[in-house]
Amino acid sequence: MTYLKPHFRNPALPSNALGYTRRDYEGAVSTLCAGCGHDSISAAIVQACFELDLPPHRLAKLSGIGCSSKTPTYFLGASHGFNSVHGRMPSVLTGANLANRDLVYLGVSGDGDSASIGLGQFVHAMRRGVNMLYIVENNGVYGLTKGQFSATADKGSKSKKGAVNPDDPIDLVSLALQMGATFVGRGFSGDKAQLVPLIKAALRHRGVAFLDVLSPCVTFNNHPGSTKSYDYVREHNAVFNRPDVVPHREAITADSAPGELVTVTLHDGSVVRLRPVAGDHDVHDRIAAMNHLAERQAEGEIVTGLLYVDPDAGDLHDRLNTVDTPLNRLNDAELCPGAATLARVNAALR
Amino acid sequence: MPQPLERPTMDKTNDFVVKFANVNGSGSASANQLFAKAVLRMGVPVASRNIFPSNIQGLPTWYEVRVSEAGHRGRRGGVDLMVAMNPQTWDRDVAEMEPGGYLLYDSTKPLPPSRFRDDVTVIGVPLTALCNAEYADPRQRQLFKNILYVGVLSALLDMDVAEIERLLGEQFKGKEKLIAANVHALHLGRDHALETLQCPIGLRVKRSDAVGDRIFVDGNNAAALGCVYGGATVAAWYPITPSTSVAEAFMKHCKAFRTDPDTGKARCAIVQTEDELAAIGMVIGAAWNGARAFTATSGPGISLMQEFLGLAYFAEIPAVIIDVQRGGPSTGMPTRTQQSDLLLAAYASHGDTKHVLLFPEDPRECFDFAATALDLADRLQTPVFVMTDLDIGMNDWLCEPFVWDDSRRMDRGKVMTAEELEAGADFGRYKDVDGDGIPWRTYPGTHPTKGAYFTRGTSRDPYARYTEEGSVYVDNMQRLLRKFATAAQLVPAAVPRPARQPTRVGVIHYGSTAPAMQEALGMLDGQGLHVDALRVRAFPFGDEVIDFVERHDTVFVVEQNRDAQLRTLLVNEGAVDPAKLVPVLHYDGTPITARFIAGDIAGKLSALTIVPLRKALP
Ligand SMILES: Cc1ncc(C[n+]2csc(CCOP(=O)(O)OP(=O)(O)O)c2C)c(N)n1
Ligand code: SF4
Ligand SMILES: [Mg+2]
Repeated sequence: MTYLKPHFRNPALPSNALGYTRRDYEGAVSTLCAGCGHDSISAAIVQACFELDLPPHRLAKLSGIGCSSKTPTYFLGASHGFNSVHGRMPSVLTGANLANRDLVYLGVSGDGDSASIGLGQFVHAMRRGVNMLYIVENNGVYGLTKGQFSATADKGSKSKKGAVNPDDPIDLVSLALQMGATFVGRGFSGDKAQLVPLIKAALRHRGVAFLDVLSPCVTFNNHPGSTKSYDYVREHNAVFNRPDVVPHREAITADSAPGELVTVTLHDGSVVRLRPVAGDHDVHDRIAAMNHLAERQAEGEIVTGLLYVDPDAGDLHDRLNTVDTPLNRLNDAELCPGAATLARVNAALR
Repeated sequence: MPQPLERPTMDKTNDFVVKFANVNGSGSASANQLFAKAVLRMGVPVASRNIFPSNIQGLPTWYEVRVSEAGHRGRRGGVDLMVAMNPQTWDRDVAEMEPGGYLLYDSTKPLPPSRFRDDVTVIGVPLTALCNAEYADPRQRQLFKNILYVGVLSALLDMDVAEIERLLGEQFKGKEKLIAANVHALHLGRDHALETLQCPIGLRVKRSDAVGDRIFVDGNNAAALGCVYGGATVAAWYPITPSTSVAEAFMKHCKAFRTDPDTGKARCAIVQTEDELAAIGMVIGAAWNGARAFTATSGPGISLMQEFLGLAYFAEIPAVIIDVQRGGPSTGMPTRTQQSDLLLAAYASHGDTKHVLLFPEDPRECFDFAATALDLADRLQTPVFVMTDLDIGMNDWLCEPFVWDDSRRMDRGKVMTAEELEAGADFGRYKDVDGDGIPWRTYPGTHPTKGAYFTRGTSRDPYARYTEEGSVYVDNMQRLLRKFATAAQLVPAAVPRPARQPTRVGVIHYGSTAPAMQEALGMLDGQGLHVDALRVRAFPFGDEVIDFVERHDTVFVVEQNRDAQLRTLLVNEGAVDPAKLVPVLHYDGTPITARFIAGDIAGKLSALTIVPLRKALP
């Protein structure tokens, strides 16, 4: 069952520059387990879109299959959504993006969806530079099929039933960096203060933005021995930086403590201010990001924050040199060469 | 002193079969095509076919040209003139010849008489020796040897050499040196033949005007052009023989016809994907978002697309899939032709699914049906397959010129606009408002507060709200059946060809079988066997198909597969008496021939008249 929330406008609620309230960005009531990390990510998406003044209907949300992939029902109810098939959200989103370059694309996936069955589509989406935000809600297990290890589960971590995972994990952040993603970060569903700005910056990025968000499964993977539990992630969280997004229409205030802050100006003019916490690599340096990640990972730490960004990155449409008008709006005259041209084609085939 | 030819026993003008036996990668393809086109330019129809291995270099390859003033486009069977350029396949090539035929070979190295046949005329030309004397560069020796034998043929068959020269001029336009070199090689061969052989032989090409305004084109090229005319803007594909050239031709046509003249930017997006799953995924995503999208593939690709095809069926998303069929199963015979994906495509995916299939008979219909498929997919909001095959797709066929009506507009189907939503139209994504089973849809981003919905493969109610309620699911599945019934009325109708006399015997065929079937009907008629024919052009079947079966006692179903797949669809979906449907099956990977069809049907008919067909028991 999907429960629709009663919808009434409360004049007391704060509204954004478009006149929308936070509630206009919400979706149906979640049917996930109480305390599931995925719900916190949905809330962070709602908050980020509200704060960015995004018209909800100009965003398309797509997902694969899993508890995580169900979440698009639970946010942005005024947006078109597409719950596709297991592990194949990237191709569906890529096609959608090709059809209309003017919408904002949000892809939501799980660790099983992206690192297990969908690893192929994941890496190819990264290397193609599809303009989108790709979020993996990473809990190290298959929630929806009741707790089997996924490909991001750490070697040696224990399942709820006591089984020990014998295989090496796939780190999607490292892979995204390696495959050419142009905005790469990691967040934690339990740290909204860091996650909301990460999502905001990623949505403003032009090109492929990837966020791996640790999102504990309270039902199947939140026990001692798990490396994806709330406690474990909190204890091992090596915060690299904390971003803060300033929309382009706001002037950057002078009190922003220069020196300490690293600022990145995105394609659309909005500015991401990064407060470094642990580590000091240049976020424009892909290799440095990969090294930092590898070093901290070797120490058993989980690096979070914005690790790499190329603000001047292009996207798939640039590579294909497609027209500025969305392809789905081209009309007969623009698409069909007509009978006179066909007569010439015929003549050349005789 | 010209060397007299021995045993000239054939005398045929504008009606014979030439077969070229070559080694793959030797550059023979363009020379062979030059020969075929030269015959066409003399106003005489040809039917040409490549028979090639899954290999880039070294394995045998054949090119068959049927010269037919009567315009027969199917394979006839048998060879009248064999151009035997491949020692590897010599024995089987010689064995395939008709008695009284001609064998042209490279006589540089003499062969013992035991390697020839008594009942064919042998024409030896020392091609290698001639080339070695003329050219120093080994690559030139190889390439010009091919042009040389075209020159020899022009003399043997009494062809107008000026036509060949004109074709070379068109082919190498702007590269004058190449034109001169090729024309030189052509005359080297021609002059040698004129001086040393008795020309012409008993096979001749005589100028005629039987070609008319017809064009010579391959089906893949035509289908790609149909996608351009039909308004496809997104193409996602993964290379696989024999479909690859659809995507390649689409790129070529888009460059010519879809480049914005002011900006130089493309009015299309073409993506070579990582696999066929991604290809169909992109097509579905693009079509969901309001672009016309297609993919081209072959059987193995369709196999990989299964899950997505079920999603598209159930979520009701348009998709056009051009299936250039090849020999299966698995990787089967990748460079041979078959019609063996019908069941795979018709019932693709898990759960209860059925899909719309179109069966073009030739490149002209590949063009038409590609554009039609884009309209149908939008109108019906479902995947539509264009079921072509290697024979149509990769061979040049002589066919009617492409036609386009400039007043035609894309049929985008039932798409609700922002204005309609604003005016308060009730939008239920899966609601059957019009009684034809087809619901309305909206494109993402249409309206700020109205018309958004959530697309999913799981069950939902008419307003796209998730539900697992059994009765709601059943209602929806029933609506999908209504939609399929609507599809049967919208797809291209079957084309009848009645016999000269009333008859209780019928034959059903489809796709690339058409030309061989036409000819076979003529042969049967000549034997006094009257057979009504029906060319099926689509699945689901229209009433005319079922009526046809009902009006006949015996209906042969001619197919190029082992399992009688169209017959299965007729039995499954048409509720016709299976005992009436007699399969005629050809599936060795070569295109079906008129001789085979006529022979099989005549044989079966005589058996039927001796032992009358027993009615199925009640
Ligand atoms: C082709 C296919 N195989 C298997 C499944 C069953 N299945 C559903 S969800 C899922 C795993 C989801 O795991 P993940 O992506 O990590 O999502 P989570 O539920 O943990 O959020 C599986 C295996 C399926 N839906 N489709
Ligand atoms: S099973 Fe796990 S992942 Fe799924 S909803 Fe429950 S807590 Fe979340
Ligand atoms: Mg998971």
